[in-house]
Amino acid sequence: MVARVIVTPKPVVNDPQGVTVKQGLATLGFSEVSDVRVGKYIEVSFDAANEHEARKRVEAMCRQLLANHVIEDFHFEIESEATSKG
Amino acid sequence: MKFGVLVFPGTWSDRDCGWVIDQVLGAQLQYLWHKDADLKGCDCIILPGGFAYGDYLRTGAIARFAPVMEKVGEFADRGGLVWGICNGFQILCEAGLLPGALIRNASLEFRCEWTNLVVERNDLPYTSQCSEGEVISVPISHGEGSYFADPATLSRLEQNNQVVFRYSDPEGRVVASANPNGSLHNIAGIVNKRGNVLGMMPHPERCSEPELGGTDGLKLFRSVAESAVRVLVS
Repeated sequence: MVARVIVTPKPVVNDPQGVTVKQGLATLGFSEVSDVRVGKYIEVSFDAANEHEARKRVEAMCRQLLANHVIEDFHFEIESEATSKG
Repeated sequence: MKFGVLVFPGTWSDRDCGWVIDQVLGAQLQYLWHKDADLKGCDCIILPGGFAYGDYLRTGAIARFAPVMEKVGEFADRGGLVWGICNGFQILCEAGLLPGALIRNASLEFRCEWTNLVVERNDLPYTSQCSEGEVISVPISHGEGSYFADPATLSRLEQNNQVVFRYSDPEGRVVASANPNGSLHNIAGIVNKRGNVLGMMPHPERCSEPELGGTDGLKLFRSVAESAVRVLVS
């Protein structure tokens, strides 16, 4: 299985990178942009018996390491494709 | 008094700390490798600055899994002195030995400059040689030193007087213009509730000799050397 994990700064955490990217977009003429938050994308390949089990495991991975609960939120999708790409 | 200086792959301030302990202070020095299984009888463990394990994922996130960190946690639980400087502070937060987290500087810049710190407490093993309210001059050198904690944690820190150092102007006023990185409440250093685990972003080991432009940092090393006995009997 493959988990696609997205980690983002919590809304209450100041995100200077996001602010700077937003300013850059405004400079390029994307004046409609009201907010930008910069986070991380993490792909985890692993074995699990079923999707329920997979979700439990990835949730634990996020809580214990992939995200820092003090400053970050996370969410993920599981792709239960059995074959791996060569 | 035996100081242990912890070395992870990517640590870079270990020799600076070691020099101050060994050559300036004249205290006993023991370097500890991240794979060491014991703390070799050290009385104060220093986690120095640098980029332990390349700061992969987040600053300090991987370093906390180093074999030696389990021993450091046990040592801290027993009341042993654990002192995180810069990257060491980040590691202690990730390891849960101190609350909060250090995030990217508000300026997005790596800041390498002198800062003024007002010493809020001198009843700690780390600050006994300072006076309360004293302003010390200590350099910072970091890109991710902006202290963050949720409002509940922050108010708990303030209520328990766990803030030890705040960025201030030369007169000791805690003002926004003196804050180099966007830290909440101008926080530069905190202790755990018990007062034996200290984390600070500024580098006292880089201002412990006149040749380096200041000696205020040496006061902290001296404090630890003098206070050791008191802590060990408690």
